Amino acid sequence: MTDFLPRGKGRFAEEYRPAGWDGMTLKEMLERSEELFSETGRYWGVSRLEMKEDDPIRYEKLFAKLRGGLVNARETAMNVSASPIVQEIGELCFALYTPEGDSVALSTGIIVHVHTMSDAIKFMVRNDYEENPRISPGDIFSNNIPKIGDVHNADVQTFVPIFWEDELIGWAGGVTHVTDIGASTPGNVPVGPITSYEDGLDLTANKIGENDVVFRDHEIRCEMGVRTPMFWKLDERCRIAGCHMVRDAVERTIADDGIDTYKQFIREAIEEGRRSFIEKIKELLIPGKYFAPTFQDIPMKGEKGLPEYAAVDSVSHAPLELTVGAAGEFHISFDGANKWGYHSFNCPPSAMQGAIWVLLTQTMIPNDKVNDGAYFATTHEFPPYTLANPTDKEAATGAAWGYLIPAFTGLIRCISRGCFSRGYVEEVLSSYAMTMNAMQGGGKDQYGNDTGILSFELSCVGGGARGVTDGLDYGAAMWNPEGDMGDMEVWELIIPFLYLGRSVKPSTAGMGKYRGGSGFQSTYCVWKTDDLVMQNAGDGNTFPSPGIYGGYPSASGYRHNVLGANMPERFRKHLPHPTREDDPADSEISRCCDGEHLFDTRTLNYPYRMEHGDIYYSWYRGGGGLGDPLEREVPMIEEDLNGDYILPRYAESVYGVALEKDAEGFWSIDAAATEQRRQEMREERGNRAVPTREFLAAERGKITGGEIDGVIRRMYNQSFELSTRWGKWFKEFWDLPEEFRFQDEE
Amino acid sequence: MPEYERETIEKLIDGKLSWPEVKGIMSAYKDPDRFDKYIAILQDRVPWEDRILLPLGLHLYIVEKEDGERVVRCDCGHEFGDYRENWKLEALIYVRDTEEKLQEVYPPLMHSDPEWIVLREYYCPGCRTQLEVEALPPGYPVVFDFQPDLETFYREWLGREI
Repeated sequence: MTDFLPRGKGRFAEEYRPAGWDGMTLKEMLERSEELFSETGRYWGVSRLEMKEDDPIRYEKLFAKLRGGLVNARETAMNVSASPIVQEIGELCFALYTPEGDSVALSTGIIVHVHTMSDAIKFMVRNDYEENPRISPGDIFSNNIPKIGDVHNADVQTFVPIFWEDELIGWAGGVTHVTDIGASTPGNVPVGPITSYEDGLDLTANKIGENDVVFRDHEIRCEMGVRTPMFWKLDERCRIAGCHMVRDAVERTIADDGIDTYKQFIREAIEEGRRSFIEKIKELLIPGKYFAPTFQDIPMKGEKGLPEYAAVDSVSHAPLELTVGAAGEFHISFDGANKWGYHSFNCPPSAMQGAIWVLLTQTMIPNDKVNDGAYFATTHEFPPYTLANPTDKEAATGAAWGYLIPAFTGLIRCISRGCFSRGYVEEVLSSYAMTMNAMQGGGKDQYGNDTGILSFELSCVGGGARGVTDGLDYGAAMWNPEGDMGDMEVWELIIPFLYLGRSVKPSTAGMGKYRGGSGFQSTYCVWKTDDLVMQNAGDGNTFPSPGIYGGYPSASGYRHNVLGANMPERFRKHLPHPTREDDPADSEISRCCDGEHLFDTRTLNYPYRMEHGDIYYSWYRGGGGLGDPLEREVPMIEEDLNGDYILPRYAESVYGVALEKDAEGFWSIDAAATEQRRQEMREERGNRAVPTREFLAAERGKITGGEIDGVIRRMYNQSFELSTRWGKWFKEFWDLPEEFRFQDEE
Repeated sequence: MPEYERETIEKLIDGKLSWPEVKGIMSAYKDPDRFDKYIAILQDRVPWEDRILLPLGLHLYIVEKEDGERVVRCDCGHEFGDYRENWKLEALIYVRDTEEKLQEVYPPLMHSDPEWIVLREYYCPGCRTQLEVEALPPGYPVVFDFQPDLETFYREWLGREI
């Protein structure tokens, strides 16, 4: 990515003056840093943490001052925004970077960006922005391109360089998740773009302001480029305000402690981050090799509005392998991933890095001292041309989360296996839930204004079952541990929908000795809009949140929307209206709505028209289970039943309980009869199962006999083509010839 | 560094600590003697004498037998063979590869398309405990979840021979 932009020429070059330390350019600083790391294995070659060891109180005070400045910036700046995504859900964060782009500290919030903004700053440094367009005090830059450094295009970043006298001594970076990014379909995880040219507004690490003032032409461009310009403008001001607060905090710190102290501190802080990460690996895990592949469907076959080559079904392959080495090496590989595609789920390396950091900060390093030191302690492999590294410039990235979120449930399971073996069972988790359904669309809101919609209720799904208890119910998102479902009343103010109900969705959690956290459901009526398209975006045909140690995956999604439901007519006639759908086999929505029911597993689709009075149903997923379900304790199952966390027939068929319901409708369980039933079920397992080696012989016959579905055959063939190693592993396992490949799909 | 009573660790393993107690343990520095206490507790609970080298799951352990062989063993006593081989290959398996089989566990529409993803349930041949569930496309090799480097762990991380 760093080669196609022209270098600064002409008057820019003539007037150029290096802004780095000791007369170096920023690029020279970056290259020197990389050289020293390569030579010594230590950040900037720092061998002894002098300040930390000789004056630890001062060191910690400095860190606290800077970290406090970042958290303060986030908490204050979020009130500048008017977007509920930022204000209600907290989808923003701020970070402080070194001149060459390594993060020193960051605020709370969407910590997924600890390294993505580093990539964007380094992009500017490598492309000689110092020469052209120049980096000067008061400048403002902005980026939203994942191939430069971001997760997906709707995460918009702002950067402000921080100067002390004539030297650039750092960068303040801020990111917010915007409401709409102006893609070919509305919303902020648009499922519609099939090339990068449809991903929406492109801010390719542009200079957008000078002297602390945003360029008017930039503002006009953005106002015309997105569907929600008011939210956009206030989000941008929120980011700029936060960056300026960070800049103030750094300047105050330097005024108090001196520039030399500051310079020494930031390098020590990153080197400390690197060392402490390695210590955590050796403290919590076991050296060895961990493997946890995950899959998600991208069902686009026959989708109207897409060209033939994009209207196809596919399944993403995320063969995550973690290798923990003797010296605490932590290497993540996606070797064997399948090919990027004509959809918006392609996930560039910066986005993959984002996922690594948002998960490691919630598992291995759950403290305030998070910075790029941990990045320097890890290595990764994202093979080119794959969904995990779509090197083709054309690959759309607007919903990169669609690969990333399922892919990295594997990392949680890998880490958990290490923690479990080590005895730290309190750190064990099964897979977190998919933050899906993404209820997304756009058109006109209830006030007649252009709008882009994505209900961020999805930032509140179930956690994975834990090593010592159940997962957190509808509590957070993998990408934002502070996520929240938001108030219904606030959502109703900004999207043209009325809530008919919001409640627990039974049987969403993966079952097990400990179940995953439950998902929940919202039933909406489209309200007072005469121009609206909507879509569902989520899993529906795979199990992207697998269980662990015998627990089941959480439930896979489905959609149930009703076109022509004409709810106002039902309201006028005082007819029942749906508030929930606890059981799709006995659907309240079907009972209470006329019209055309879109009731299927097309959980990912191109936007289609909806009208005032239609029903949109959105349910949010649960986490994976842990342990054999037959070991779940009876009182926990009674709580599940009486709290609507499970449909009773599955308590019987999976947990093996003998149920009774009293006159008031409360469930209780006959413990003795349950024990007997469970013993019978164990025997039934033995009767229906076969030795694995017998199964393998039959399964090999399916492979060679062409009995595998065409979508899966294509997935395997792509993995063979993109990774000789993975293909060799597959073929050796099944004793297939080296030249084997599946017959292509018709 | 914190140090917990054996009883506390036992309650933690059994899921009998309150959430505030668990949260306290999670938020604190880790107790460096956890592994030894953990192994001692598990060793006392299994009905056989061979030494546990590493727990692999809720019921599985890498065990060193008297003759020095290191095998994967269920707490019921069933042996799966050398720990460097995937124990699943010596287990019983049941595959949920039809809608009917999947709907014994999930409501209609709330499960995978079995043409794309099936569930492979692995049971212990001895006690029929469900030890793992894989969610994989048909034709995927059996997943070897975890291959620990035992020698390195003991010698270099714990500072002692196995």
